[in-house]
Amino acid sequence: MSKLIQLNLDFMGKRRWAFALSLLLVVISLGSLVAQQLKFGLDFTGGTLVELTYEQAPSLDQVRNRLEQAGYEDIVVQHFGTERDVMVRLNQGFTADVGQEVRDVLAQDTPNVHLQRAEFVGSQVGDELKEQGGIGMLVALAGVMLYVAFRFQYKFALGAVLSLAHDVIILLGVFSLFQLDFDLTVLAAVLAVIGYSLNDTIVVYDRIRENFRMTREGGPADLINLSINQTLSRTTITSLTTLMVLVALFLFGGEMIHNFALALIIGIGVGTYSSIYVAGTLLLRLNLQRQDMMLPVKEGAEDDGRP
Amino acid sequence: MLNRYPLWKNLLILAILAFGVIYSLPNFYSEDPAVQISGARSSTEVGAQAETRIQAVLQANNITPKRIDDSGKGLLVRFNSDQDQRAAKELIQQQLGQDYVVALNLAENTPKWLKDMGAKPMKLGLDLRGGVHFLLEVDMPAAVKQRLEVAAGQARTELRQARLRYRQVIVENGALNIRMARAEQMSDAARVLSKALGNEYTSEIDEDSGTLTFSLTEVATREIENYAIKQNLTTLRNRVNELGVAEPLVQRQGRNRIVVELPGVQDTAAAKRVLGATANLEFRLAAKPGANPMETESFSFRDNPNRSATLERDIITTGNNVSSASVGFDENNQPQVNIRLDGQGGRLMSQATRHNVGRQMAVLFIEHKTRTRITTNAKGEKMESRVPYTERNIISLATIQSELGSSFRITGAGTVQEASELSLLLRAGALAAPIYFVEERTIGPSLGQKNIDQGILSVEIGLVAVVLFMLAWYRLFGIFANIGLFFNLTLLVALMSLMGATLTLPGIAGIVLTLGMAVDANVLINARIKEEHHRGMSPHSAIHAGYERAFATILDANLTTLLVALILFSIGTGPVKGFAVTLSLGILTSMFTALMVTRMQVNWTLGRRKLTRLPM
Repeated sequence: MSKLIQLNLDFMGKRRWAFALSLLLVVISLGSLVAQQLKFGLDFTGGTLVELTYEQAPSLDQVRNRLEQAGYEDIVVQHFGTERDVMVRLNQGFTADVGQEVRDVLAQDTPNVHLQRAEFVGSQVGDELKEQGGIGMLVALAGVMLYVAFRFQYKFALGAVLSLAHDVIILLGVFSLFQLDFDLTVLAAVLAVIGYSLNDTIVVYDRIRENFRMTREGGPADLINLSINQTLSRTTITSLTTLMVLVALFLFGGEMIHNFALALIIGIGVGTYSSIYVAGTLLLRLNLQRQDMMLPVKEGAEDDGRP
Repeated sequence: MLNRYPLWKNLLILAILAFGVIYSLPNFYSEDPAVQISGARSSTEVGAQAETRIQAVLQANNITPKRIDDSGKGLLVRFNSDQDQRAAKELIQQQLGQDYVVALNLAENTPKWLKDMGAKPMKLGLDLRGGVHFLLEVDMPAAVKQRLEVAAGQARTELRQARLRYRQVIVENGALNIRMARAEQMSDAARVLSKALGNEYTSEIDEDSGTLTFSLTEVATREIENYAIKQNLTTLRNRVNELGVAEPLVQRQGRNRIVVELPGVQDTAAAKRVLGATANLEFRLAAKPGANPMETESFSFRDNPNRSATLERDIITTGNNVSSASVGFDENNQPQVNIRLDGQGGRLMSQATRHNVGRQMAVLFIEHKTRTRITTNAKGEKMESRVPYTERNIISLATIQSELGSSFRITGAGTVQEASELSLLLRAGALAAPIYFVEERTIGPSLGQKNIDQGILSVEIGLVAVVLFMLAWYRLFGIFANIGLFFNLTLLVALMSLMGATLTLPGIAGIVLTLGMAVDANVLINARIKEEHHRGMSPHSAIHAGYERAFATILDANLTTLLVALILFSIGTGPVKGFAVTLSLGILTSMFTALMVTRMQVNWTLGRRKLTRLPM
């Protein structure tokens, strides 16, 4: 297991396939985002949510009927985690103790029902959060772009940001396509994915920069391919260990962070793929040349402002 | 001597690790369920006498407390179980009565020597501990309008005294508009009012319509807003104290919002009633029969909506002048609220009642509430809008028996509980500007415990998986990495405890994510070492070169991630912020442990040995 396996897979040779796949995924994602948007959770839409625990698994239809009889309109009733946990979402306005009211209504059928959680979010707060989240994502991308342009070169910056955008769009696309609840924790996960995927991309770029400076043979495509191969074992191992803890979080962390863990699992999957196939390919498309990577020639040193 | 650290470097690393161990320790001492007793007023002393009474009542009910401490702020009674704690709280509250605040609490068990070093455990967030979170919004336009109304009254008096005739003084579009009767008095009026109202206002004269407009300056508006927030904060803090919560948080958020967090509160409805019922009182005389309808208003009664009474529009005084209120019983053993007014309120009350003995005076109870309305917009989307409204009800209508001063009573406030709730609201002071709930989250205590258990379980499982994997893949270097990982977790917990960070569910998720990503640096280093060795370097040179060359990559990769975490921190609120803090600290500690701590171990175990092959 500890043998050094020097892989030499031809990633760049398959770049057209990878490009086609990425394009397809991005198009599907954008299509779904336009057509059916994201299914925003309570944090973003505002509204009321009540979580209850029963001693015995209740029938959801019965719960729904009972609440409708009591005059609650436009309600969503679903299981939350186990069969015995029920989540009720109401769009109607909030009165002082709607959580207790809902519990009392349901207790008419089954006395052993306990109120676990009641949340109310004003629609205005939700709108602000959407705005903040969007701005946050854009600021994060812009900050990353500046930093990478400063530390590397502008083509790398463009490549890094485009592959990040690729990851974020596909991640949001999955949430939109399957209409998974997009709440505050998922937003945090998306931002964490930006951080993680960037980390991955930078490691590959770092190697590309090094190889462009140190190696004399081979064209850009060969050098990028070499760099990806050299970092491949690291990329997969890190993704693997991270995915291991995330799967633990997904399976055992409880319902409240289920979607958070799921978003990170998808994001890290896509991020790993993109740092292997997309980030490098983008550099080729941007026509990265050896001279882009030359250390700055010191000829400007003489006329640096001194007379 | 490629793989040796100088002595000072080793000592520094060891010192940092020792720091991590010591400051993370307090988190391993479990907390006791406890009841905290403090005086309702700062003058009330909680001393030996109260302690004896508590011990007596607990003994009578077969509850044995674990320990009773004097925490400086009051007494802290620790129990062995949650059941004891809840039962004891009720008993102690009944025993001690209204002069004491009795609150549920969790008492830490950190040993004294750790406390002396400033070590303390992390606080648990509401999602882990159970409790209520409220976000309230202060109605700023209403605060500004209130100020303008006062200025309007002042303007009328000034104009009258200066014998300048006005047609109308009204508050309109966020400004004070004065229509003068005669055009030639306009400049005089402007001069008089500018002097009276001061530099908080800018004035404007419209000759054509004969209107003087006074509007608040930007600075003055900001000041009013700040004042409204501050007064609301004070009032809310008082009310929270009345509720008896151990570690409440009442904090301003942004320009016009206030966050209130009440850990451990079970009865959220009661909490919300006390906090949210931004009630005020108005004292008004009942209208004389046949009074001009323009000068009267009709209101229904709070306890009986079908009954109503007609009152004068003029307000004698408001709840703002109430300095204290308490529950008592009248001659018929019916609950009553005893009210004491401040100096100004007392003067106004005696002026108004002196010549009106025998007439009726009403106490009007004013509640600001919100109603959510769902409308459908042009695109067919459902839109939710929050409509604030004010409810005014008469809570008492009584005949004035004699001239009232600064101290009098209201009877007919309902049951004992209703009377005590009313007195509580009055005592805690009236709110300067109406507030509305814009967010509320309630987490039951059992859900909190479930979240803790699940969070810890997933950290453990994730940790074991990563440790086993690293061991299998990198053998000796895997052990180094795993020890580094252990210290990484220790340092992370130590830093979070020291900073007083609150541990939330997303915070635990951040720790889990950090664990996964922390090994990244070691993977990078180890992969590089293997590679350099493969290229023909000797084991020692390969180790040295591996650490050197991986460093630049690790730095670049981590700094960019840190950048994202900082952005997350600056835009996020609540849970997202918690996640960002954990993530940023995790990045820093993992860089330290991956680079320095593993290197130190490598140096110790392999540094002096001759190596013929790499032990990985």
